[in-house]
Amino acid sequence: MPSRRRAALIIVLFCLLAVASVLMALMVGTFSVSAPAVFAALFGGESEGADIVLQLRLPRALAGFACGGLLALAGALMQVLLRNPLADPYVLGISGGAGVGALFAILLGLPAVGIDGLAFVGALGAMLLVFGLAHGDGSWTQTRLLLTGVIVAAGCGALVALMLAIAPDDRLRGMLFWLMGDLAQAGNWWPGFLALIVALGVAMPFARELNLLARGIMQAQALGVAVNRLRYVIYLLASLATAAAVTTAGSIGFIGLVVPHLVRLATGNDQRLLLPASALAGGSLLVFADTLARTVAAPQQLPVGVLTALIGVPVFLYLLSRQPK
Amino acid sequence: MTHLLEVRQLRIEIGERCLVHTLDLVLNQGERLAILGCNGAGKSTLLLTLAGLRPAASGRVLLDGVDCHQLAPRAAALRRAWLGQYLSDPFGSGVLETVLTGRHPHLGRWDWESGRDSEIARGALAAVGLRNMETRQVHTLSGGERQRLNIATLLAQAAGLYLLDEPLAHLDLNHQMAVLELFSGAARDCGAGVIMVLHDPGLAHRFCDRALLIHNDGQTEIGTVDSILTAKNLSQLYGYPLHQVEDGGHRCFMPA
Repeated sequence: MPSRRRAALIIVLFCLLAVASVLMALMVGTFSVSAPAVFAALFGGESEGADIVLQLRLPRALAGFACGGLLALAGALMQVLLRNPLADPYVLGISGGAGVGALFAILLGLPAVGIDGLAFVGALGAMLLVFGLAHGDGSWTQTRLLLTGVIVAAGCGALVALMLAIAPDDRLRGMLFWLMGDLAQAGNWWPGFLALIVALGVAMPFARELNLLARGIMQAQALGVAVNRLRYVIYLLASLATAAAVTTAGSIGFIGLVVPHLVRLATGNDQRLLLPASALAGGSLLVFADTLARTVAAPQQLPVGVLTALIGVPVFLYLLSRQPK
Repeated sequence: MTHLLEVRQLRIEIGERCLVHTLDLVLNQGERLAILGCNGAGKSTLLLTLAGLRPAASGRVLLDGVDCHQLAPRAAALRRAWLGQYLSDPFGSGVLETVLTGRHPHLGRWDWESGRDSEIARGALAAVGLRNMETRQVHTLSGGERQRLNIATLLAQAAGLYLLDEPLAHLDLNHQMAVLELFSGAARDCGAGVIMVLHDPGLAHRFCDRALLIHNDGQTEIGTVDSILTAKNLSQLYGYPLHQVEDGGHRCFMPA
């Protein structure tokens, strides 16, 4: 367990990582901008490329950071809530519900705001459905919640496949990009960012109680945690964070599963450190991946969801293999 | 005066089955009570109910004179500590870190564990003979070491009443005696109340003041260990004939 001072130091390091990732996103691209020019643009000075930095790259980087942060935070919360290291933000069907909503909107030819709106409605629908079914008789064990979520996600997957099958060709590409997760579709950056700050603000007061919940429901209750209230709060919070993220950028995979594990390997499992560090690391990783997605095959842009997996898998396997047995 | 634990007309049911018909019980400071019964008789369920972690069908459980369901979880955690049978750690955790979770009810929402909390946790580890294992990961411990770690966590909680579900599980003989002596010492020196589920009536006779027998039909008997832990009662309880052997004031029960 890190001391408070050590925890603060680690958080500062993760903040530096976050700043570096955003700075890189602002500098790199088809038209590269030097660091001094980026700073000049940010702080209101005249510089070449200021428009590109402020109007294209900054909103996209901030939206990406918020999404990555939300997904990693939601993943960390889900892993504790379900006491299952394999849990991720999508395991309870929330991205499936959002996918159904978003693809339906694309199928109808709705504009971007309609796609976002229906995606959010779909995510909330899936959340309420899973909660209602799993909570039916008031027992809501972790296994029951998990199984219900997996089944609802499977159902959503079937609907998504159905819509892909009947969609006209000109809409298919948009649908696939949404499903893989893509920041080019991100509209405003501030709703996601606001959601991230609120979510962290709500989660942090419960962080030490989550440490106990990870050891077992009864153990936590016996040690003075109001377990039922805590589980409601965490379920709602993780679900809403996921909904906010997928509404912004589609279902970007891998961040929510892998970032909490990466951070855990580096810092241990104290939620007081794990939650903010995961949010920062998730945001940084997504911004970094998106910068690559924009530049690797330029002028072609890849969906960032592909890149997160391509980066995440080897890093994770490497860290896992050097863990002492 | 208020009692550490007072149980009034307690009835416990699981589904349709009645595990405990009516139980009245008072436990004062420094008293040790053993709970004995067959597998599935309801010992663990009774202990959970006494801890306020499970609702009773009817009746009341008072901790320090306050109904346990009217206590906030944290206030309850300062009064009683509960040792469960099963514990799994899906995520790794250090030994000292685990013991420090016992300090949770003593800390405010934003407090971080202080040096004093660490001292208490180290003391608890030393008390169960895990002094040099602070930095070990929990999943590298053996079953018995883990059980002692759980007991250390309980000691760090520093509550007045210990509710122990099979505290001797996984422990070898010397550690069984050490743990029983540890809790007897807590009862004698610190006035702690101890209720433990045990499977060896001989150890119950040696380390407890009273014993509670839970029969399979939901009837309970309670009395001093001398009066209630007899070959006749226990043969009936377990449905198997037992012989009583006396040795230097200690009773031992052997299957016939």
